[in-house]
Amino acid sequence: MSVTTVMLVGVGGQGTILASDVLAQVAAATGLDVKLAEVHGMSQRGGSVDTVVRFGEHVHSPTIDPGGADHLVSFELIEAARWVHWLKPDGRLVVNNRTIAPLPVLIGEWGTPTGIEAALAYEGAIFLDAEELACEAGSPRSANIVLMGALSFGLSFETEAWRDVIARRVPPKTVDGNLAAFELGRKACREGACEL
Amino acid sequence: MALTLLSGNEAIAQGAWEAGVAVGTGYPGTPSTEILENLVRMPGVCCEWAPNEKVALEVAIGASMAGARALVTMKHVGLNVASDPFMALAYTGVGGGLVIVVADDPGMHSSQNEQDSRNWGPFGKVVVLEPSDSAEALEMTRSAFALSEKLDIPVLLRSTTRLSHGKGLVEPGRRVEHQPVSYRKSTAKWVMMPGMAKLRRVDLDRRLAAAREESESCSFTAEELRDTSLGIVTSGVVYQYVREALPEASTLKLGMTFPLPEGRIREFASKVERLVTVEELDPYLSMNLKAMGLAVEDTAVPHIGELSPGKVGAAFGAESPETREAMTDLPPRPPMLCAGCPHRGVFQALRSMDAVVTGDIGCYTLAALAPLSAMDSCIDMGASIGTAHGMGIAGGPGSSRPVVAVIGDSTFAHSGLTGVMNAVFNGGKETIVILDNRITAMTGHQDNPFTGRTLIGDPAPEIDIEAVVRALGVADVRVVNPNLLKPTSTALAAAVAYEGVSVVIAKAPCALLTKDYPDPFAVDEDLCTACGDCIRLGCSAICRAKDSKASIDIAQCVGCRQCVQVCRYGAIVRTGRACDIGSGA
Repeated sequence: MSVTTVMLVGVGGQGTILASDVLAQVAAATGLDVKLAEVHGMSQRGGSVDTVVRFGEHVHSPTIDPGGADHLVSFELIEAARWVHWLKPDGRLVVNNRTIAPLPVLIGEWGTPTGIEAALAYEGAIFLDAEELACEAGSPRSANIVLMGALSFGLSFETEAWRDVIARRVPPKTVDGNLAAFELGRKACREGACEL
Repeated sequence: MALTLLSGNEAIAQGAWEAGVAVGTGYPGTPSTEILENLVRMPGVCCEWAPNEKVALEVAIGASMAGARALVTMKHVGLNVASDPFMALAYTGVGGGLVIVVADDPGMHSSQNEQDSRNWGPFGKVVVLEPSDSAEALEMTRSAFALSEKLDIPVLLRSTTRLSHGKGLVEPGRRVEHQPVSYRKSTAKWVMMPGMAKLRRVDLDRRLAAAREESESCSFTAEELRDTSLGIVTSGVVYQYVREALPEASTLKLGMTFPLPEGRIREFASKVERLVTVEELDPYLSMNLKAMGLAVEDTAVPHIGELSPGKVGAAFGAESPETREAMTDLPPRPPMLCAGCPHRGVFQALRSMDAVVTGDIGCYTLAALAPLSAMDSCIDMGASIGTAHGMGIAGGPGSSRPVVAVIGDSTFAHSGLTGVMNAVFNGGKETIVILDNRITAMTGHQDNPFTGRTLIGDPAPEIDIEAVVRALGVADVRVVNPNLLKPTSTALAAAVAYEGVSVVIAKAPCALLTKDYPDPFAVDEDLCTACGDCIRLGCSAICRAKDSKASIDIAQCVGCRQCVQVCRYGAIVRTGRACDIGSGA
């Protein structure tokens, strides 16, 4: 079996690290070799962040290069655009339809980029409003798990494996909300809203 | 035991614990911080944050002298601070096994420079081990203590960002308690004055010879013969990039990179047609192999920044895969001070004073970026105070602009006190601002001598910064809440006007420490004139709406009131928290 690479990108503080850990744990529970690469520290202060999860029979490198991801899940629109060339030409692109203005935009040094959604649609993006679905699940802070639900539709892991890991990994009080968030993210894809 | 997914840092902590380590110490620094944060949760280990890496290493040396196994952790630049004890340590050797973990940051994800810590091996004559994934990190750390005891030499375990913050599957085991050897007085071993050190230096060569033999039989060093037309000598996580990029090439993966196993390297060299090294940062292996007289070919592998499978492959002519076109013309997203960060108030005031600000290392270094743009230098931990003094005695910045040093609470504990002493001793006139946000923030909230809590979470005496600076001889000391902009400006102006060393302690907790925020603020569009004053605070919760007027993201606003104070039109008003959409779990 070859190695599958999933890349999660977003803005520091959006919960990409927890999401990548959930994915890696699911792959490990399925008996696969797993490697994960993330960066802590300065970039976490509202900077652009990326984590890479790779799984398969045997994984060597924790990191990849542009064009190396089978799946790209972006927690934010501008970051999706920034990282889209890291996705393989036939890769699957899941994008949270939300913009977080970076500092140069906030202070007016840079205009709000336009046309990103159309450009990403051209790249085959599957769009979701993860925050809205998270609110619907009754767990506003679980947008990251909504996105894992959307990602899960494109991977072959059993839903039960995801549910087990989520229940183990999120704070006890938020288990139900996060499981609901996962379902809503997955359902959004199943119902064709995000069919590739 | 089942396989568990652990980061390199978690695996190092686990390995140390299994080896029966009794003492863990260090100073937080990305990417090394989580080692002690994990070790402290394991039973039977006394773990402490030290004020800096030099003290941390000295504590570990004392524990080793007492016969216990000791672990000390730091980032690459931390060993610069700890280099004084480090350079004498191979001479004395160890009591209980002593392992120094140094985490390098190729690519400078969160550092001021790149350093290749393998160089400390031959420089300090200390054994160097380099794990290539989490599983090896656990096993190497576990075995490093016994190796240190056997050789009577400390072991430097070199990690990098991708090892420390990468995760992989490991098999955790049980702890084997280490029976400490009782302390026995030996001036010949532990008192490094010339008479004894000269003898220990000779003895060190004997111990290094034994270390070379260990390197020849090191089980973490592996020769893998595949296509022998290309032979690659490599180490650490770079080995994984090589395997990914050049799966057919033969490899010699070195587990111990000082001393090098010359016999095994020569043997490998004799089996391959072309011999190269692939390594991150310095040509450490390449230079050593050349010095051995081996015909090592130079390669196009970059020596700056972090490597990747693609970069390694490209250096050997591998074709890069077809990629999508990169989207250009996107706004960059640099890291920034958090919404409600109390540091912002200080830099807002310093900018309006047109101060020359000598900076330091912490979250507040982000104030160097637009729109605050209120920092002139950042060199190393504690540099702000000395550099401000230097500018002052050189006649100032060439204008009437005041020179102000800015340093965080943890950085002040780390290396700031000696700078203050120097300023007072030499009759300096500089102003020093201590940004006391009650925590070591940038590395993820570690306690320090000024927070009143230890690493384990126990209450500790909260050392009073004001009393410390007064005791160091500073007469002009003011304490302000930096969230109150006017009092902060007034205090800074008075401090700068003072004819002598002055200190302003800007004391307010990190915005991320606060759990119960007051209600957020909103902009009254009728009153907003789009003047941009609040925008220039560079708060992530404030942006320009389409009509150029300000707009506040209530999901991010923590109600710090700084923008309310800069608004001349009273346009920023209290609101109810309408929606509680956060930004991820």
